[in-house]
Amino acid sequence: MNVVITGSTVLTQQGEQRLDVRISNGKIIELSESIKPEVEDQLLDAAGCHVLPGFVDLHTHLREPGKEDSETIETGSRAGALGGYTALVAMPNTTPAQDSIPIIDFVRAQGKRAGLVEVVPSGCITIGRAGSALAPLADLARHGVQIFTDDGSGVQDPALMRRAMEYSRDLGITLAQHCEVSALTAGAVMNECSCSSELGVPGWPALAEELMVHRDIELAKLTGAKIHFLHLSTAGSVRLVREAKREGLPITAEVTPHHLSLTEELLRTFDSTFKVNPPLRSAEDIEALRSGLLDGTIDAVATDHAPHVRRDKELPLDQAPPGMLGLETALGVVLSTVPMNAMDLAKVMSINPARIAGISDRHGILPQVGQPANLCVVDMRAEWTVDPSKLASKSRNTPFVGRTLRGKVRHTVFEGDVVVKNGEAQR
Amino acid sequence: MAEINRRPIPKVPALRGKTVVSLFFEDSTRTRLSFETAAKRLSAETMTFSVSTSSVNKGESLRDTVETISDMGVHAFVVRHKSAGVPWQISQWTSASIINAGDGAHQHPTQAIVDCYTVREALGLTALNGLRVSIVGDIKHSRVARSNVAAFTLLGAHVTLVAPPTLLPANIETWPVKVAHSLDDVMPSTDVLYMLRLQSERMDQGLIPHLGEYSNRFGLTETRAQKLQDSAVVMHPGPMNRGVEMHIDPADLPNSLIHKQVANGVSARMAVLFDVLARGGELNSLQEESV
Repeated sequence: MNVVITGSTVLTQQGEQRLDVRISNGKIIELSESIKPEVEDQLLDAAGCHVLPGFVDLHTHLREPGKEDSETIETGSRAGALGGYTALVAMPNTTPAQDSIPIIDFVRAQGKRAGLVEVVPSGCITIGRAGSALAPLADLARHGVQIFTDDGSGVQDPALMRRAMEYSRDLGITLAQHCEVSALTAGAVMNECSCSSELGVPGWPALAEELMVHRDIELAKLTGAKIHFLHLSTAGSVRLVREAKREGLPITAEVTPHHLSLTEELLRTFDSTFKVNPPLRSAEDIEALRSGLLDGTIDAVATDHAPHVRRDKELPLDQAPPGMLGLETALGVVLSTVPMNAMDLAKVMSINPARIAGISDRHGILPQVGQPANLCVVDMRAEWTVDPSKLASKSRNTPFVGRTLRGKVRHTVFEGDVVVKNGEAQR
Repeated sequence: MAEINRRPIPKVPALRGKTVVSLFFEDSTRTRLSFETAAKRLSAETMTFSVSTSSVNKGESLRDTVETISDMGVHAFVVRHKSAGVPWQISQWTSASIINAGDGAHQHPTQAIVDCYTVREALGLTALNGLRVSIVGDIKHSRVARSNVAAFTLLGAHVTLVAPPTLLPANIETWPVKVAHSLDDVMPSTDVLYMLRLQSERMDQGLIPHLGEYSNRFGLTETRAQKLQDSAVVMHPGPMNRGVEMHIDPADLPNSLIHKQVANGVSARMAVLFDVLARGGELNSLQEESV
């Protein structure tokens, strides 16, 4: 059975074009102004919509194995597909951590079983994410793992990080750093600012992120290894990365939708939905992150989708775990907060993250005949209101409750199959 | 309320039929006892929840605990917790009134009401316009300091915080206060000297090198006390750390209000309970509160 997308504007290498799309056997087989569907074809109405390469999330916590009550690979994949994603990089802070081949295989297999997106496991930089000994980077790389991180914490020891970067240089992999000097963030609940002082809670200073960004830029200079900075959150980090890129260093960076849109002031409600790591920052930081995204200093938008069960988020603010949902709201938040055309959007949500994740042979490719059909069909103008009860994620910790967002996913096509149709998951 | 407390039988029926629960997740002597005494003097029923004997030790969540007690039909929770914001959280899970008896390093509003009342009573003032209040010690971790900065400032006083920079919160310049780093300098120009308790764990955290050094710089010694004006008063929210911030015995201070603070704690908390449970109102402004 073929899939035919009609009435759409397709983002091609030549720009936006009014084209229909025919998909067969997982590939795009025809792009033309008017395709006459066969009786047995599955039709996707895309009037008023853009056909874009499916989004790629560099930063998803799928929680399986270990915390299946907050999310599973299947529920997270469904949330991803509904958000227009065709690939999710699964963060390795599972239990057990993704530091060995059996766990990597398990995550991949669960992703295949769900069949909604490609689940791309990341590996740990250090064994058990404990920050003391290198994980088997080469074995895992040979097993297809392209991106490594201890996300949840940064690699604190500069000597160990140097070794990791030296060792990884010839493996063709990317190390992704969660930048946080943990000695400066003990017990931190939110950004260190006048608000944290008034609330009497320990602050997470911008310095704790910027010191590690600076350290790793210098290590990249020293070792020549590729480094990706996860969830940058401060104006100072944007400045450091902009400067380093100007020097031509092999550095990439991401920002989350929430750091582009929400400020520290939300913590005044003591609602732990707004507790996240790194924390929500100031309006000035948001401005710097938006400009960084627009001028290419920041390559990608990544969700840091971090589901948590209600009972954990109902703990007192200082005890509640950090993290918020992101997959189903990312597109809407990005389009509602940063002025972007379809090409800008495709770059930061799909093309660049696919390249960073090392999966650009099959994701993040502008639609053309013969290429894998990993696509999303989005209405960039449609407005909708976030209702947590309607989310596909197993958890409900979205910070965007009740907000009206612009930009909605209508259909998602993964490996040629329609996994989301008219905003409804098909699996 | 203070008048009631001077009666031979200090009890009135104002809150008969109302139930007040003390929900204390953190140790407390004076605050809990003064709230319970206050409730009893107003004839409210009191229930005491103590963490050590409760289902919290069996892993019951905060929400379940609050909902369970709430189901028993209570009118107010008096809440003390080591985490900032817990009273606000709890208010979403019950229709009973919530009175904050101290949340983390955030706020301790009834202490500030007690303290302002004590100063007004001692100095015979209504407003505190121009009064110079110096709060000395661990501002960073002090809910008492936060509430008192708000309350004294609201009443027109000028507040100076005296502490080493490591015991001041970040971005202190956004607070409506002056900051001084030498206690000796501020002593002669202080009308109210408010000493805060210094916990010895601040030394373990490396925020001060040594308790002795802290004590030398910020402790109230006899010599230092002599630098106070004759009219100046000394306060402390308790419990005192003798030999750390308090070298001098408060009994040797001519103008110590420390015992007054404790005594007034009952009256002030009676006023709060009455306002919340009988008038059903909110403390819109401290000036309107008749303690």
